[in-house]
Amino acid sequence: MTQQNLVIVDTACANLSSVRFAFERLGVIPEVTADAARIAAADRVILPGVGTAQAAMRNLQRLELVETLQNLQQPVLGICLGMQLLTDWSAEGEVNCLGVIPAKTVRLQAGELPLPHMGWNTVTAIGDNPLLRNMDAEAWFYFVHSFAVAKDDSTIAQCDYGQEFAAMIRHKNYFGAQFHPERSGNAGAQLLKNFLELTDADTRA
Amino acid sequence: MLAKRIIPCLDVRNGEVVKGVQFRNHEVIGAIEPLAERYAQAGADELVFYDITASSDARVVDKSWVERIARLIDIPFTVAGGISSIAHAQEILAMGADKISINSPALRDPNLINTLVEEFGQQCIVIGIDSFYNAETNAYEVYQFTGDETRTQKTAWQTRDWLREVIARGAGEIVLNCMNQDGVRKGYDIDQLKMLRADCPVPLIASGGAGSIEHFEQVFEQADVDGALAASVFHKGMIEIKALKQSLQRAGIAIRPV
Repeated sequence: MTQQNLVIVDTACANLSSVRFAFERLGVIPEVTADAARIAAADRVILPGVGTAQAAMRNLQRLELVETLQNLQQPVLGICLGMQLLTDWSAEGEVNCLGVIPAKTVRLQAGELPLPHMGWNTVTAIGDNPLLRNMDAEAWFYFVHSFAVAKDDSTIAQCDYGQEFAAMIRHKNYFGAQFHPERSGNAGAQLLKNFLELTDADTRA
Repeated sequence: MLAKRIIPCLDVRNGEVVKGVQFRNHEVIGAIEPLAERYAQAGADELVFYDITASSDARVVDKSWVERIARLIDIPFTVAGGISSIAHAQEILAMGADKISINSPALRDPNLINTLVEEFGQQCIVIGIDSFYNAETNAYEVYQFTGDETRTQKTAWQTRDWLREVIARGAGEIVLNCMNQDGVRKGYDIDQLKMLRADCPVPLIASGGAGSIEHFEQVFEQADVDGALAASVFHKGMIEIKALKQSLQRAGIAIRPV
């Protein structure tokens, strides 16, 4: 794999190490930083996140990273809460998010099923999804969440738990995955590899 | 469809994997990393590491193995044992654990659950409950300090009440260790799990009693748990995870194929 400057935004959240280790297993050493200039100069950016949307947005504001993250031109991947932060708004704390993907985060309506939605579930691509290349049409990924992005035009993969919801979203160069590729075995590793191999053509759509 | 989870549990003491019978008489099974890696490759959906000495020793033992595991495996894992403060929890999560499981410290200070949930989010706070069926009183009783038989003691809590309490305080998942069944391989405590399932709106993991493939099938079909945890049947090679998952799949249970 070509050597590239991969930055993981240091949101001081709990799954940051596992995301870093997952890339290291692929032979890429990411830089973990909250420095706006370093993030803006990266070839690719990962926005990890667990916890609540409200606390995470407050944290990004405190780090003065909101504008930087909104103006990135390189491929960006938000993971779990990181994906939800890319949307316009989250019902978790009724908070405005980064607004780089036109979508909304709402409480998952799972009916009688236990919440959080926790465990391995199947993900199906919708349309052209460059991050799900080279894997089974129905791939298994590990989820842990109670809020989810509602299915809409930005949805590029869906999952079903009581209701259909967006497992992956995308707008231009911004991508989001609700599940945890860093903890999703071979399928997760393939997705991260696909992210590292995204071409300019992939991010223009 | 969300898959039922198969969860090998590794009891850790002094950096080695051990296993006792009914929570006592621990024997050494082997080193942590090779076992963890073997299970991840074999198709385990998740791993749990219980540092069984920590709570009863009132100290947090060397947890550097947590980071070694996080680097090595690509499935989620939970660390349990002696985590009794925000700082402990922060340390374990920062090393790469996906979830932390709290048992005795939550009984000592139930408010710890709220604090941890607020700080790290519900998704990574698991509550372990050691439940003992008292045949004389026909009641399920919660025990603490089960890692050390000389200190194991009954609490004032009945299991159902404690379950409701921890859920009200924000627990994200429950592991119910049925102590009467632990290590004797006669099957999970279906009656108890079925009863508590009705009171458990968060994921419920069955623990204690797995001895055969049929036991897993029964606990998923009859008690509708989200995951089944087991130790000795995996450590001793009595059940291969691949064969287990194939059988469960044939039985029509939602399983992530190996």
